[in-house]
Amino acid sequence: MYKYDQYDQAMVSARVADFRDQTRRRLEGKMTDDQFKPLRLKNGLYLQLHAYMLRVAIPYGTLNSRQMRKLAHIARTYDRGYGHFTTRQNIQYNWIKLEDAPDILAELATVEMHAIQTSGESIRNISADQYAGAAADEIIDPRPWAEMIRQMTTFMPEFSYLPRKFKIAVIAAETDRAALRWHDCALRIVRNEAGKIGFEVFAGGGMGRTPFIAYKIRDFLPTGQILSYLQAILRVWNRNARRDNIHKQRMKILVHELGEDEFRRQVEEEFQHFLALGEDFPQAEYDRIAAYFAPPPFETGLSEEIDRSDPDFALWVDQQVAAHKAPGYAIVNISLKPIGQIPGDISAEQMELVADLAERYSFDELRATHAQNLVLPHVRKEDLHAVWTALHEAGLGEANLDLVTDIIACPGLDYCSLANARSIPVAQKIAERFADAERQKDLGELKIKISGCINACGHHHAGHIGILGVDRKGTENYQLLLGGSGDEETSQAKITGPGFDEAGIVDAVERAVERYREIREPGERFLDTYRRVGMDGFKEAIYG
Amino acid sequence: MADSPSAGGPGGGPGTLEPTPGGERDWLRFRDDSAPDEPAVSLDAFLDQSNAGSVRIEAGDDVRHLAPHLERLRLVEIDFPKFRDGRGFSSARVLREMGYDGEIKATGEVLVDLIYFMRRCGFDSFAPDVPLDRADVESVLNRYPHVYQHAADGAVPIWQLRHG
Amino acid sequence: MKILTGNDLKTGQVVWWDGQGWSLHVEDAVDAGDKADAIIAREEAECRVNGAYAIDGEKTVDGVRPAHIKDRIRALGPTVRPDLTLKPADPSAGNWVI
Repeated sequence: MYKYDQYDQAMVSARVADFRDQTRRRLEGKMTDDQFKPLRLKNGLYLQLHAYMLRVAIPYGTLNSRQMRKLAHIARTYDRGYGHFTTRQNIQYNWIKLEDAPDILAELATVEMHAIQTSGESIRNISADQYAGAAADEIIDPRPWAEMIRQMTTFMPEFSYLPRKFKIAVIAAETDRAALRWHDCALRIVRNEAGKIGFEVFAGGGMGRTPFIAYKIRDFLPTGQILSYLQAILRVWNRNARRDNIHKQRMKILVHELGEDEFRRQVEEEFQHFLALGEDFPQAEYDRIAAYFAPPPFETGLSEEIDRSDPDFALWVDQQVAAHKAPGYAIVNISLKPIGQIPGDISAEQMELVADLAERYSFDELRATHAQNLVLPHVRKEDLHAVWTALHEAGLGEANLDLVTDIIACPGLDYCSLANARSIPVAQKIAERFADAERQKDLGELKIKISGCINACGHHHAGHIGILGVDRKGTENYQLLLGGSGDEETSQAKITGPGFDEAGIVDAVERAVERYREIREPGERFLDTYRRVGMDGFKEAIYG
Repeated sequence: MADSPSAGGPGGGPGTLEPTPGGERDWLRFRDDSAPDEPAVSLDAFLDQSNAGSVRIEAGDDVRHLAPHLERLRLVEIDFPKFRDGRGFSSARVLREMGYDGEIKATGEVLVDLIYFMRRCGFDSFAPDVPLDRADVESVLNRYPHVYQHAADGAVPIWQLRHG
Repeated sequence: MKILTGNDLKTGQVVWWDGQGWSLHVEDAVDAGDKADAIIAREEAECRVNGAYAIDGEKTVDGVRPAHIKDRIRALGPTVRPDLTLKPADPSAGNWVI
């Protein structure tokens, strides 16, 4: 994976000093919170319900054991012994003291990590396919471009105050594991008829209160021009976006208001301008960065056999292990969704265990996923049993990837100052309702996503079953949505009808799921059945 | 003039510079030439009056309209009605990309922590509504040893340093 | 009654206006009456609190309780982690929150 050189290290260290200075001015009363807020947000520091919250960037979801151990150390030393993996492949801590924040950033800098631009009206951490560099179905590792984009978009002066946040995702496979078209700007590496690789570019996606699925604005962009193209997009948005209503300033609104064709025209015009300025990194810089992402030294002649004699292990292998591009290797998904636990939460001890496993069994690499799970990307098949045993003993052996209990949930009203309703207890109750392993397996792929407010951090618009918590006259109420997806056939979930209370929403989910079981055709997932029969096929079962 | 920096309150306590309308300080002007003294006019007025040399750009204005008039332009004031409105950053950079080398002054809600980025976009003078602490300005301007990308300040980006 | 809450500037801890200063315990909250804005302005200017605001509260036999669920959760801690609340040893401590 990428390693900082003296320049990267100097920039991150300077940011620590910068934030230390800003924090000092705030604590001395030289700044009000109104003035400090945008500065702390650009460094991932929120003021949440119970304390400050710090969001740490995990660039394109990749980290090593040393970094994971540092995250554990921070959890133990500065927080309350745990962290929370987010729906954008980052990690956040819920109990941070403002006076400690500069020291935490200094600790992170020692392992080439930071919290730069993890919040605020800025270009956020770049997300990517969590299987990058390992997936059997990818064209090329997309992370070198993600790293180039990270560098170019760090402290980008012209975009110091974007109209709103800006989220970028990069993948290089047919299968979309990164919810591409829900991003402001999404890049998929494709191969054209001449055999050249380039980017398919999507723009104008986003969730929140006004969801839009990104339009494709370019079929093929030469990879060496991506930085010019991105700047063109950003300038068109920065210059044109309204500033009178914060809820209408995301780029999706501009693309929608200008229309796809006019937006594309303006971007292309600005793109030609940037190309002439020579904004793109040269081939030598791509080569330098790409060298860090060279495949690890995979062994050859390894066994493909997996001893499935232990049924619990076999169940886990079937659910948690994905195909690797190197013979004899596998991708291991670590569930952070043990039944009844908090989705995405992980203790410091578990972080250390996972770090040990990465170091011993996965060429020292780990990934975080937007579904709030972790990945060991390069595990020898012959080591799978040892990995499972260690995970199982640490409470991380759940076999539920993409099943009904693998629920995405935002922190909700238990932690978040924006939330209207709690998300976590709903996720816990649904998971408990469907805990039976055979039932889960019978139901197959079923993605439930829960948000505690319309900001949609829990991706409810993209859930096969989505749940949106709202405040109805001071009590929590939950709307049910069906038919969303974040994969290569992206769709937006639709509301079923009137909302439910907390117990009612769990029952309603179960009624929808049972309806699917009754009417599914062989081989159909929940989403396929919904797409075939539509809302009408479910409504009566849900509302009676 | 209370130019000496020291700790002070947000409302102009001891050590901060006193607020003045336009808040201009010579140490916030980063040019060797003398400051133009004619008042800046609106973009529409500037385009109408062939003898005007100073223009005031509001947040929604498109500075590309100035392209045919760079010869007579000596000062562009770019207003930040709210610090959250970042359109002015693009305006300044676009002006520099067009080849304009006269003064670009940031007015309005100019916060000290944004000055570094404004300098990179081509702003070379500042007239903030609220006074700035000189020590803070100097500290912010010298914070970052390198830059990751080209802008209007001619700084050599890291990728160029890496490859000579 | 109108009660005042905010977060401690340095630590971020949830605090309640007790008439003299800021307490971690909602039970200590007092009615700020029509002085809410003045107290908030003064305390924020003195950096003794961050993000303070006034909310409706009521006096019960068990003490002062915020009217809205959000501030009830703030007052005790996350409902999903009783071990991290202000009263980790008392399993029924959160009965009034929801």
